[in-house]
Amino acid sequence: MSQMMIQPVKDRLTGWRLFLMSIRGRSYPRIIGMQRDVTWLIFDVLLPVGTVAAYVLIYQAVGAPSDYVGFVVVGGAMMAYWLNVLWGMSSQLYWEKETGNLALYIIAPASMMSILLGMAIGGIFSSSLRALGVIIISSWIFQVSYAVTSFWLLFIVFLLTMAALYGLGMMTSSIFLLLNREAWHIANLAQEPVYLASGFYFPVKSFPFWIAAGASLIPLTLGLDAMRQLVFATGPSVGFLSVQVEILLLLILSIGFIAGAKRMLDYMERLARREGRLTDTRK
Amino acid sequence: MSILQNSIETRNLGRVYKVRGAKKTESKKLIALDDINLSVKPGELFGLLGPNGAGKTTLIKILTTLLSPSSGSAFVSGLDVDKEPEKVRQVINMVSGGESSGYGLLTVRENLWMFAQFYGIPSDEANTRIKKLLEIVGLADRMNTRSSDLSTGLRQKMNIVRGFLTDPRVLFLDEPTLGLDVGASRDVRRFVRQWVDEDPSRTLLLTTHYMVEADEMCDRVAIINQGKVLACDTPAVLKQQLQKTALFEIKVDSPAPLDKDPIIKTEGVQTCSIVEEDGGSHLELNLAEEAHLANVIACLAAQNARILSLQKHEPTLEDVFVKLVGLSMEEVENVADDDPTG
Repeated sequence: MSQMMIQPVKDRLTGWRLFLMSIRGRSYPRIIGMQRDVTWLIFDVLLPVGTVAAYVLIYQAVGAPSDYVGFVVVGGAMMAYWLNVLWGMSSQLYWEKETGNLALYIIAPASMMSILLGMAIGGIFSSSLRALGVIIISSWIFQVSYAVTSFWLLFIVFLLTMAALYGLGMMTSSIFLLLNREAWHIANLAQEPVYLASGFYFPVKSFPFWIAAGASLIPLTLGLDAMRQLVFATGPSVGFLSVQVEILLLLILSIGFIAGAKRMLDYMERLARREGRLTDTRK
Repeated sequence: MSILQNSIETRNLGRVYKVRGAKKTESKKLIALDDINLSVKPGELFGLLGPNGAGKTTLIKILTTLLSPSSGSAFVSGLDVDKEPEKVRQVINMVSGGESSGYGLLTVRENLWMFAQFYGIPSDEANTRIKKLLEIVGLADRMNTRSSDLSTGLRQKMNIVRGFLTDPRVLFLDEPTLGLDVGASRDVRRFVRQWVDEDPSRTLLLTTHYMVEADEMCDRVAIINQGKVLACDTPAVLKQQLQKTALFEIKVDSPAPLDKDPIIKTEGVQTCSIVEEDGGSHLELNLAEEAHLANVIACLAAQNARILSLQKHEPTLEDVFVKLVGLSMEEVENVADDDPTG
């Protein structure tokens, strides 16, 4: 045996340990990628700051309350997560298919859920750096003042928002198993309406109740609303629902989207295998 | 029982694709695989030889759980690829020629480490194996190079390492030497052969449209065209079936022109042609069996002829393909290229 060119693998882990290893493996490129390609500082921090600035100037021009500047800054920072879910989770599988990675993920013993979770965790890490950049720079430029009422609640809201948002991303990823280049157009179509519906730059309370309720299916809507209530003095006065109710709804959305992602992924993978679309990159 | 004995087995396997026509409502069926019956034993290096579009990759996709069959069944290590894909994935791996898998921002080692994680190989062991394998394929000095900075050949070597890193029971190589230069292709072939020979429980299925590759590497070869297996055996037997007799070319130097009569009357000689050339004679002999060559040499010696060169003519797998299909592999591919529906 000692003469063998390639020894058999001594210790092959399975079950939950394989699940965790796969998450770590797939999150690695996203985490390390941030350090190796720093152009994100320009495209993902400075450009969003420019967009935030436009809304801030409008609010200042019409004499809106000063906390509205903070609302815009938080919205601009949270946009990083939405863009990541859209382009780095959902339509990412289209690119993975193009490069041949998707086939390698499918044929590996790791579950696709662990691969997607790895993408999500890597995405949350990289988006958090972007979001932090936007918050720090914008807060400094526009002198935003924060009045955090509960760090714990803020942390819980953030975690649940991420769980629900990336759960949604994982669920939509499964649809992209079937798609080819049209994935690009669908992601484009979804981008702008969510900016509007989830109230990136204004409180969703401005909407009629049922429109705001419908928009709350997007986890960012409730997450942003709850965060604004928790970090700005005037936040509770423009909140759509109470923070406690929004936490409960975010919890339900998280469980629903993650469980839905698992079911959808299994179903879509079977369908894609049957239709021969897992590796089909025809345009 | 036979399923358990075979590493790979297909039974009446078929795959039909729906192909969209010019109009949205138009669709037609394309038969990619038609009633494929194959079995590959543990320890075998099995080749699928056929032109582009023959159905080789479709078969590999089914066996690697990427595609469901339309009819029939397929088994890998005794596991039904359609009904037990999760179990099949624990014993297989695959490398395709020209793939650009992994992430360009990661180094060679990091890319390989990442894939090792998906197979449950702990980091320490993964890193040891990566180092060893990169040394074997001559890529150790590029271990910390970003994969985006690798040439096509070096990148393919990295892909090949990825396939062997997990030491699968059954490995699928789809055109592994596509785009590689002669030297790199030779290295890959040698490495692949050695991997199979080292452990009788390992099995490798290789697809190629390079005849020499199939002939040189494979224990058995299935020739496939238009989704059908036309022949399946060892390269030697496939070639032997084409040519029952032994064909020799002999160049001799003789003091006088050779007398054909005694040669043609020699036991085992079926046909003989002699062309007188400057500095000797050129014989083309068709013998019933190779063993009769000794009689011919004795006959030449009796005529005081001195043998300058002796060459046996072996049919190639290309000849076998032409015999089976009626066209060369290149011609088949050209026909397919010209077919607007293809």
